[in-house]
Amino acid sequence: MAQVQLQGIVKAYGALRVVHAIDLDIADGEFVVLVGPSGCGKSTTLRMIAGLEDISGGALRIGDRVVNDLPPRDRNISMVFQNYALYPHMTVRENLGFSLKIAKRAEAEIAKAVTEAAEILSLTPLLERKPGQLSGGQRQRVAMGRAIVRHPDVFLFDEPLSNLDAKLRTQMRVEIKKLHQRLGTTIVYVTHDQVEAMTLADRIVIMRDGRIEQIGTPLEVFETPVNTFVATFIGSPPMNLLAGRIAGGAVELADGTRLPIPPGHGAAEGRAVTFGVRADNIMPVGHALPPTAHMAEVEMEVQLSEPLGTETLLFAMLAGTEVQAKMLNPRPVPLGERLRFQISLDKCHLFDADSGVALRV
Amino acid sequence: MTRLRLPPWLVLLLPAIIILAAVVLVPLVLSFYSSFTAYQLTRPETLWKWIGTFNYRKAAGDANFWWAFGRTVLLLTIALNLEMLLGLGLAVMVSKVTTGQRLLRTAMMFPMMFSPVLVGFQFKFIFNDNVGLVNNALQSLGLTDVAIPWLVDGHLALFSIIFAEIWTSTSVFAILILAGLYAIPQDPVEAAKVDGCTPWQSFRFVTLPFLMPFIYIAMAIRSLDVARAYDIVQIMTNGGPARRTELLWTLIGRTAYVDARMGYANAMGYIAILLSIFFTIYFFRKLTAARSELGMGV
Repeated sequence: MAQVQLQGIVKAYGALRVVHAIDLDIADGEFVVLVGPSGCGKSTTLRMIAGLEDISGGALRIGDRVVNDLPPRDRNISMVFQNYALYPHMTVRENLGFSLKIAKRAEAEIAKAVTEAAEILSLTPLLERKPGQLSGGQRQRVAMGRAIVRHPDVFLFDEPLSNLDAKLRTQMRVEIKKLHQRLGTTIVYVTHDQVEAMTLADRIVIMRDGRIEQIGTPLEVFETPVNTFVATFIGSPPMNLLAGRIAGGAVELADGTRLPIPPGHGAAEGRAVTFGVRADNIMPVGHALPPTAHMAEVEMEVQLSEPLGTETLLFAMLAGTEVQAKMLNPRPVPLGERLRFQISLDKCHLFDADSGVALRV
Repeated sequence: MTRLRLPPWLVLLLPAIIILAAVVLVPLVLSFYSSFTAYQLTRPETLWKWIGTFNYRKAAGDANFWWAFGRTVLLLTIALNLEMLLGLGLAVMVSKVTTGQRLLRTAMMFPMMFSPVLVGFQFKFIFNDNVGLVNNALQSLGLTDVAIPWLVDGHLALFSIIFAEIWTSTSVFAILILAGLYAIPQDPVEAAKVDGCTPWQSFRFVTLPFLMPFIYIAMAIRSLDVARAYDIVQIMTNGGPARRTELLWTLIGRTAYVDARMGYANAMGYIAILLSIFFTIYFFRKLTAARSELGMGV
């Protein structure tokens, strides 16, 4: 087990920089998820930690060694790939034991480690099968088994669940979480799925265009996003953003609707701002929005409703922008109906309109 | 008057049946029939002289025939294995090249573009004991002052033939193996690196099993090629000296057209075909096994 430290890590292909000097400290035993849209450099970063990509600049430490120039085999890491990457010509048993065999461990020791890993991942009945005879979920478990037999310093997961169907994904997510609780090994996990990131991570690293936008616990990045990118990327449905201007100590939207400045935020008079509110914090009056200290009300015309069972998602227009709101205790909503909505201002955000940076005071 | 009416499927298939009969079936039946006769090209009436299995029994007891048979197997074994190793090396090296790979691939194919007869002449010149390149080079470098009889000494002559054979056909292996290298999924190779493999171990345990089907396909193709080797040998040594490089088909060709004993030659030909059939079946079994090993189905 070990901590991982990235100091000014750069990846460049010729003149093209894809990872821009990122810094990240991962504590021993921590579960860190790198998340971001495709092309944000998260997989490249993971592959640099694994040693599958050269590091163009900066220093990478695993434990207390700088490993920039070590080949993957000398880094004591193991990796789970998106496409499982099992050895098709080996049985599950051979797949699991391969790394130990390469390391010239004793037969008995290999057998013991394989049995143990198979036990943890319920692979025991499948040990003599070949990968071709397994389902997607089983293959993924073999890939994880192959990673854990070696007791590496760090586990690296590269979008391990994206090839599984939704139900299996949820199930495997739980298994990965349990595995981490059981083994306590440092994990770096890459995904583009913010739900996976939220549910698995001790800390989330949100990346965009080769840069880190925010690092924090799932709740921190959800509750206090540093900019509009993080605000819309984390959370489902994405946060509603309304363009406005500070006028007379309030946010004035394009159509003249006035919303109070959310507590904890502030901006100079006349500044162009973006008002952010999640669907959970804007509900029709009378629909059980838990009262907070600061409330506001707006009237909106409902354009569409999506009943989800426990709640209904309402799509409404406010100052020319589509806003998603939630309705607990759903009832049918006729389209075009004008409703009064309550907003919990304490959970709203104010961002600079140009840079997107949060305007907290 | 009733006209003969053939069923439509037969009418539709008739052109194909007629062509196949003319180019495959009739020659096959005729040659097989003639192997049971004393047929000699110079005396056409002998085609009707039935002698039963005499030709086959004669071939079975003919030391020259079995020497040629054994020599063909030897040539096949040595040439195929060396071509495979060299082709594998070549393919791996070419696959590592980043710039100019297309050019290299094309250049690699050059030996295959020459007629085997010309290759035979070329190597006959290269290995000539008086004016040949090899001896000239060796003598100029002061490595030897005798004229090495490359094509005259029995062992050296076989070596020279194998050399020419490898020169022309290593690229068959190289190209097929290169295709295999391109087709290998990168994930398992990367997984092997992370699992602690050295480059050699990744190659040995992951890359090579993926390549085996391609190697066996190349083996099957080349085994048929070498088992019917004729042109290069015919040109370089004509089976000599003293039958030391006589292969199955040079022997059969000589028996058929020089000695004009077509019936006997056909009988030997049918025995020789068994060799090709054996190698084809052998390599296809291996291929199937290698494919199912990789979970690629049968």
